This record gives sequence, structure tokens and C-alpha cells, in this order.
Amino acid sequence: MIHIFATEWQPLLQGFGQTLLCSIIALFFSLIIGTMFAIFEIMPNKAMRVIGNIYVEVFRNIPLLVITMFFFVVIPLYVVKISGFAAGTIGLTIYTSAFIAETVRAGIQSVDGGQMEGAQSNGLSFWQAMRHIILPQAFKIVIPPLGNQFINLVKNSSVLAFVAGFDLMYQGNMIANDTLQTMSTFFAVGILYLIITMPLSYYMRHLEKKLA
Amino acid sequence: MQTFIDAYSWLNLRYLLQGLWVTVEVSVISVILSFILGTILGVIRYSEIKYFSAIVGFVIDLIRNLPLLLIIFFTYFGLPNLGFKPPVIAAAIIAMTVFESMMIAEIVRSGIIAIDKGQMEGAQSNGIGYWTALRIVVLPQAMKNMVPALVSQFISLIKDTSLGTIIVLPEMMYHAQIIYGQNTNYIIPMFVALAVLYFIVCYALSLVGKYFERRLA
Repeated sequence: MIHIFATEWQPLLQGFGQTLLCSIIALFFSLIIGTMFAIFEIMPNKAMRVIGNIYVEVFRNIPLLVITMFFFVVIPLYVVKISGFAAGTIGLTIYTSAFIAETVRAGIQSVDGGQMEGAQSNGLSFWQAMRHIILPQAFKIVIPPLGNQFINLVKNSSVLAFVAGFDLMYQGNMIANDTLQTMSTFFAVGILYLIITMPLSYYMRHLEKKLA
Repeated sequence: MQTFIDAYSWLNLRYLLQGLWVTVEVSVISVILSFILGTILGVIRYSEIKYFSAIVGFVIDLIRNLPLLLIIFFTYFGLPNLGFKPPVIAAAIIAMTVFESMMIAEIVRSGIIAIDKGQMEGAQSNGIGYWTALRIVVLPQAMKNMVPALVSQFISLIKDTSLGTIIVLPEMMYHAQIIYGQNTNYIIPMFVALAVLYFIVCYALSLVGKYFERRLA
């Protein structure tokens, strides 16, 4: 395994960077989209609630691979040419945003209803109350589950290997094919994944304990 | 429209459904195995046996934090390096079971923690040993609370079987790829079919999970 690190550090490092990059981009956009659909789901307007529900249920119940392959196969064929990395990141974003929407919705609903009523009776509109009063409180509650979503996101980013996204898993597969030392290559790749996910998962557990 | 009708010929649909059957088969076998293994591991982790629990806990954390795809690679491409070559379906089941049992172990552990300590104390003060109390008093109560989490874990397992495509597991995603590989006009109909079929299976299961959640609340 040390041998793999010594000789193949370049592609491994590159893959590590791509995995991090794609995870961070996907996290950023799925936070925005997820929060948006979470708000849709609890809006007074029924049509919006239905839209929010459909989005969440549809993308939570379809495998990430199907979504990603759709962007890798269908979109370049009929709409616009995009790279494997882009296809993978878009797929990840959509898939993760559905889970984040569920998490954030639970967070919003755990904020006391009186907060919204109080804000509105003080003359704030629904959106103002949401932005200044409800969301800040909700996000404090959902930080640990969001952290776990991010860990899942990093792990799920391995689907980029299917779409030539040059991520860690893809590079690992390539190195394994070249060197034929499958076991030690996958150990090396595993350690690199754990460098990202392990500290995060312990930190989230610590936060959960602190908040409980 | 005509391409959709052509794409959904009985031959293609049957091929897709055969894939769905493999998906269901692999996920049901894996979920049963990982339920057993996960319960054992979760109990070990909970019960704080000197050193042993800590080591088991660390291994659970390690595997939980790896991508499932990597574990699939380990079992299918890695194990032959050590002189053991499992067939595709076995490799998929092994990988899924290893990964899922770690997930279930965590669910079991937090389920047990959520049960009031008084249950264990009461059982023990009535002369029941620790392991017996765990088995007949604490675990049954914990299991009841765990059902929704277990169902959602099962759903993600079903979705994750699609990753088996990479080791040519003949499940639904792989079969769809074969069909649209022969005729590029069938790409969109195949993706629609995949989305619909996965959605039906997973959504139905999630309704079951929600039903239990409501009944428990």
C-alpha cells in the first residue's frame, strides 16, 4: 500500500482533489435547492407544497446512479455537451438536495409555531420571518444531520467513477487496472476517503451529544 | 411516441423486470443477512465489553465511512488478489451485507440507547442476567422503535444495488443499459422506465415506513 502511495501519488492526489471539489460544489448547491424545497413543503400555498413534496419524493426514491447516468447519457445526446464531472456533480446535487430538503423541513417544523405567528403579527412577511427568524433557529438544529448528509455526499461522489469524473474512485480503479495490485490500491483509496469522512463523522457525533 | 411503444415491447419489459427481480433478490438476501449481523454488532458495541466493543465500534465507523462502491470493488476485484474469487451475485451480496450491517449496527445501538435504563435495571433486579435481559426485555422494545429507520435503510439498499452495474451484476440498471446500448432511440424510454420502476418499489416501501412511524408515534 505504501508502494502505491509512493508511485501513484499523483493521480491519487488529483482524484482526492476532484472528489473534494465535486462534494463541495454539490453541497453548496444542494443546500440552496434543498432549503428552497423545504420551504415550499411548509408554505401555506397548497400548490407549492405539492411541488415540494413531489420533488423530494421523486428524487429520494430513484437511485443516484440513474440520475447521474441520465445527465451523462441523455443530456449530452439531446441538449448540451457536458463533461462527466459536470454530469456527476449535477446528479449528486439533485439527489442530495432532496435529502437536505427533508432534513431542513424537519428542522423548520421543530421550531415552535409561535415564532412564525409572532413574527408575522409584528408585521414581517412570510419570507422575511422565514429568513430572519425561522431559518437561523432551524439551521442550528439541523447542523448534525446536515453534516451526516455531507458525509453521505462525499461517499456518494464515488458514482463519478461511472461517468469518467476523474474522482478518487475512478483514479483508484485505473491504478488497480494498471498495477494489478487491487487490494493495496483500494486500501489506499479507502484511507483517502476516510481522511475526509472520519473526522467529520466524529465531529458530528460530538455536536449531537453537545446539542442533546 | 412510436419509439416509446417500440421500446416497451414485451421482450424489453421482461428483460427489465428480470433485472428488477435480481435487484430485489440481492437486496432482500443482503438485508436479512445484515439485519442479523448488524444486530449482533450493534449489541456488542452497546454493551461495552472491555476492548472488544471499542474495536468493533472502530471497525463499524471505518466501514460506515467508506463508499459502498469501494467495498464492492474490494469484494469483486480485491478478494481475487487474495486467492478468493466470488461469483458476481455473491460478491454483490457480500459487499452489500458488510456495508449495510454496519449501518444497521448503528441503528440498533441508538435504538437500545433510546430505551429507558430502568428497563434493564428492573430486569436485572428481578434476577435476569444481563444478556437475557438485553434479549428478552430491551431488544424487543428497541426493535419496535427501529422499524422506520430499518425500512429507510432497506430503501437505500435497493437503490444501492444499482451500483452493482460496475461488476456486471445483472440487475435492472445494467439490463437497461444493455437495451439502450443496442438502440440509442431507446435511451429516454429506458431511463423513464428505470425511474418509474425504482420509484414504485422504493416509494411503496417508504409508505410502509411512514405507516409504522405513525403507529409508533
